[in-house]
Amino acid sequence: MLSFVAQRVVKGVIVLLAIVVLNFFLIRLAPGDPAVVMAGEAGASDQIFVQQLREKFGLDKPLPEQLFIYVKGVVTLDLGFSFRQQAPVSKLILERLPATLLLTLTAFAISLMLGVLFGTFAARFAGTFLDTAITVFALIFYAMPIFWVALMGILLFSVTMDWLPSFGYETVGGNFTGLDHVIDVAKHLIMPAMTLGLFFMATYTRMTRASMLEVKRLDFVKTARAKGLSDAVIQRRHVLRNALLPVVTLAGVHSGTLIGGAVITETVFAWPGIGRLMYDALLQRDYNLLLGVFVICSAMVLIFNLITDLVYRLVDPRIEFAS
Amino acid sequence: MKQFWKSMLKSPSGVVGLIILLLAISVAVFGPLLFPNSPWRMVQRPFLPPFTLSTVPLGTDALGRDVFAGMIFGARVSLLVGLVSTLVALIVGMPIGAMAGYFGGKVDDALMRFTEFFQTIPSFALAIVLVAILQPSIYSIVASIAVVSWPPVARLVRGEVLSLRSREYVQAAIVTGQSNTWIILREILPNALSPVIVLASLMVATAILLESSLAFLGLGDPNLISWGYMVGAGRTVIRQAWWITVFPGVAILISVLGLNLIGEGLNDALNPRLSREGR
Repeated sequence: MLSFVAQRVVKGVIVLLAIVVLNFFLIRLAPGDPAVVMAGEAGASDQIFVQQLREKFGLDKPLPEQLFIYVKGVVTLDLGFSFRQQAPVSKLILERLPATLLLTLTAFAISLMLGVLFGTFAARFAGTFLDTAITVFALIFYAMPIFWVALMGILLFSVTMDWLPSFGYETVGGNFTGLDHVIDVAKHLIMPAMTLGLFFMATYTRMTRASMLEVKRLDFVKTARAKGLSDAVIQRRHVLRNALLPVVTLAGVHSGTLIGGAVITETVFAWPGIGRLMYDALLQRDYNLLLGVFVICSAMVLIFNLITDLVYRLVDPRIEFAS
Repeated sequence: MKQFWKSMLKSPSGVVGLIILLLAISVAVFGPLLFPNSPWRMVQRPFLPPFTLSTVPLGTDALGRDVFAGMIFGARVSLLVGLVSTLVALIVGMPIGAMAGYFGGKVDDALMRFTEFFQTIPSFALAIVLVAILQPSIYSIVASIAVVSWPPVARLVRGEVLSLRSREYVQAAIVTGQSNTWIILREILPNALSPVIVLASLMVATAILLESSLAFLGLGDPNLISWGYMVGAGRTVIRQAWWITVFPGVAILISVLGLNLIGEGLNDALNPRLSREGR
């Protein structure tokens, strides 16, 4: 178990380093001389200042050395400086990270629970009206762009019905404390989390349904039935547990998409997370910040993949850690 | 081929998907000819509600531009970007997968690590970064979408080639001294094509979603109107004018839905063994 985790962590770190290197070259691809761009962003562009910046950030050194400096910086969590926001990139990201984690994890939990639930129902009642209804809805949700779902949610639940707030993390000037604060944040969280979750819910529904129907026909299910186990126990303990394996794999594969969806969701709902930060960086062409967020997103995906790998091994009785 | 169309037309999702796709393609190809209103031109007062004037059936946006015209011209961009970026992704992914599966060993290891690397990077975030850095244009958008969508192709092709490689007819071709390129291109790839076609139809759908999301964030080609751009532009005035965001979104939904349905239909038609079971 431990050696497996260690192996995966090492692999993850290597991939992350590769992403950082890729990032370094992407920064160099950005239009304009970085020093001139930085000077412009800082609001001054005389030659001496530009030269100072070049020296300060090592831009006058040969490329391999620059790369080394950059990688060393990232390892010590120094992701550069955002001149637009007048703050270190890592500080900006760390401030925003909790909101993004709250949003993505809630969306993930909702989508997984509802998806498995609906998928199980559809498989249980395969061929009936219920199955068709669930399948059609899943297909439609699967085809809707997230930004549009978000806007339709606002149109329906904020503008027309006036049930839920349409933007932000908490009521501005609300100054709620304790339980009231939690309720306030939860109210703001519902729509973004549902928006982000719907697409993935549709995916998990389809996957669970297909996978349950496949497992159902296998011999060990017949054996269980022959042993006289009740239908409910068979469904739960034998079919669902095995059918969940591809769902877990899918969850890992989709973690990157989840982060990408968070960028859109946070942008529409003005949710103060790193996705929104990425959008702001994009609007202001703040490349340091943009690429900093990109590295952190990649790191999050790697961590999430590691977790799903572990879960997979816990769920699947056939895999042993020794290998 | 006849058999293929027969089974494709037997699957209800395939038929519905085909109808939607044909409709979308004809709108994209002929729409602008029949409907010469430039989508950028002011044609009426701003915020004209839909269904009030027959000349502007879906109303106008905040600048008095025709929403219907925008949707018709937008179909061109969405379909074009979807198809071309998928094509590019296939051109990149198929040789990588084929080489990995055919040569195996170190080549396989190296190519698959490379593929996995690209698969771990959050794709939408990478696409945003790439388009932002290369500056938004139809070329940079197509390139970025292709860059983030080729890995599944490579993996799929590798798996197929791996299983085909040990077949006797391939062994026979090797024994007769055919070149590797010839064997891969003429013997193996044609037989590995059906799952790739299914995947490609789903990739076009994903590419359309990606393109519209990029355009929504303001990373569309500034000279071309697209559905995502329209929704993004209508976003700030959603309280006054719902139609600006609703209609282009429906267009995206329907096209993506159509392509997904075609994917299912193709799956039924090309893998008849899988399709009849479990439904």
